Amino acid sequence: MTAVTANDVSLSWYEASARQRIDALVDAGSFSEFIGPELREISPHLSIFDLPEQFDDGIVIGRGRLDGAPVLVAAQEGRFMGGAFGEVHGAKLTGLLRAARALKQDLVILFDTGGVRLQEANAGELAIAEIMRAVIEARREGVNVVGLIGGRAGCYGGGSLIAGTCSKLIISEQGRLSVSGPEVIETNKGIEEFDSRDRALVWRTMGGKHRYLIGGADTFVDDEALAFREAAITALKVGTRCDVTVLEAEQARLERRLQRFGEAEDAVEIWQALGIDDPTDVPALPTGAFLRAATNRENADDAR
Amino acid sequence: MTLDDILTGLFPNGRKIATNGAQISGQAVLPDVGPVHVLGITQGQPLGVDEAIVLAGRVIEIVKSGDRAPILLLVDSASQHMSKRDELLGLSEYLSHLAKTLLLAEAEGHRTVGLLYGGSAAGAFIATALATGTLVALPGAHPAVMDLPSMARVTKLPIDVLKAKAEATPVFAPGLDNMVKTGGIQIVWDADAPLAPQLAAVLRQPQGQDDRSRLGANRGGRRKAAELAERIARAAASPQEARHG
Amino acid sequence: MEKLSFRLTATRSAGGTRAQAMVGVVASGNLEVLLERSVPADTCTIDIATAAHGFDKVWDAVVRDFVARRSAGGLRISINDGGARPDTVALRLAQGVRKIEEPER
Repeated sequence: MTAVTANDVSLSWYEASARQRIDALVDAGSFSEFIGPELREISPHLSIFDLPEQFDDGIVIGRGRLDGAPVLVAAQEGRFMGGAFGEVHGAKLTGLLRAARALKQDLVILFDTGGVRLQEANAGELAIAEIMRAVIEARREGVNVVGLIGGRAGCYGGGSLIAGTCSKLIISEQGRLSVSGPEVIETNKGIEEFDSRDRALVWRTMGGKHRYLIGGADTFVDDEALAFREAAITALKVGTRCDVTVLEAEQARLERRLQRFGEAEDAVEIWQALGIDDPTDVPALPTGAFLRAATNRENADDAR
Repeated sequence: MTLDDILTGLFPNGRKIATNGAQISGQAVLPDVGPVHVLGITQGQPLGVDEAIVLAGRVIEIVKSGDRAPILLLVDSASQHMSKRDELLGLSEYLSHLAKTLLLAEAEGHRTVGLLYGGSAAGAFIATALATGTLVALPGAHPAVMDLPSMARVTKLPIDVLKAKAEATPVFAPGLDNMVKTGGIQIVWDADAPLAPQLAAVLRQPQGQDDRSRLGANRGGRRKAAELAERIARAAASPQEARHG
Repeated sequence: MEKLSFRLTATRSAGGTRAQAMVGVVASGNLEVLLERSVPADTCTIDIATAAHGFDKVWDAVVRDFVARRSAGGLRISINDGGARPDTVALRLAQGVRKIEEPER
């Protein structure tokens, strides 16, 4: 085994590309790609719509080392087609998850996605279902599947459902985790239900701080590749189960959330109920102060 | 076919199924098979946090009972509930949790069969029907990711152009045939034949791996997914095939 | 999509030993460039698929300038373009050559 090469690249996770994120996440120089761009496994469906293709179809997969330990990695590119799941994009993650199960090797997913790619919606939808099943099958073999959320496309639609199957989730303030996007809610239910241009509303309803406070994510980090790296190394040390005990605990946790916060009109009310002294200040708090204020947050330990 | 017709056709020898709003839950006896747990989201309703948590709780109770009886999940839903409240409360976790309980039930020895007899879309479809071990449908079922008018808005293409493209490929347009061709639905039942034997036939099949991408390839609706996923599993198993990017 | 292909004579061949390099992403106003060391050392081929139609003269000028000014010999370059401006194209091509010349770890 080669000596561990620490990675000290400073990089905004939000601004970085999928390839830059992987290079900054894993031990320096340890990444090798599967089905790389040179194989040109592009989407067979985008040409029907006269849309540009990308050689990796918006997802980079492969293996690397994290603090010396072998790990499989998948990173979505949120700038290509919104990081959306199509047939090829999805199959690359499904294949990697099946490999993780067979090899009993942990896997890290770098989410950056708007959900299903509409131009290949049926294939994308089925890919989501196949991926969720593959995550659970891997977890039941003892494999950790850790999700990292902090990209510019957020983690929406089917991507958010996949995130819900992961053993641990790491999120930054910029990471948004939600099924229906702001525009989708507004288009379907009207601006009175959700004003998608109200960015503060979007961040406090779907953003990383809120998700961390209600137990929707396990670790809150700065928008910094090193912070994601350190959090991923820690998350992979915990171990995972996905049995009836864990899902019963999740059931209790999610029921409790409805009981505690089901009547809340806005995130600020929830933060107040969580014992935060100045809940309206939460969006402005820097990470250290936020984490101190979040002492009484809900958590999903052994319940995800 | 109404829900009542379906339940009568499947379980002529008796059933005890409670209705709670748009949800159903209970037990029934399938001729030649035995007890079957019946769950459902019905009446074309959306699936939100309140509905998902009840269904998931029921699945966990079934798993804990240890009876290993099959679970039939009837689905006629809308999409996920699109609201500020649902997202504020973390809808993605509730939908994932429901899907996970169904996957758990299957892993713990319950056959899980989804029966799509109406609509279903997007997150609701993924969390229910698509999380079962075998998904079947009745004629007239209408799964969708997004309806064509909405798709026209998002892709900025005229609806006539979208319709023409939908003739050429099953990969994006809504509808039962397309979901069958891409491998998501194993079989469409014959509505004119007795239903009970058709469910019994599904339950007699050995429970295997996720074969949806293989079905999609064989039916010509999803040609690349199965082959690509297999190639990746092979590449990951052999150190030589990985290349530095 | 419009497809364009160039096969140019290059006076200087690309340095380094990496087999390939990849820069950029396909997005509005952006492009990805895949460089592979797989043609004769005095040749550079460039294949372009672009969403913006009718700019073949601009592409011709940009790629000729690139091959004249950089060490592009031996490179098979493939571009997927989401409608990038010429200066962005030139920047990505230069980044690509720099990347394929980086020492291997």
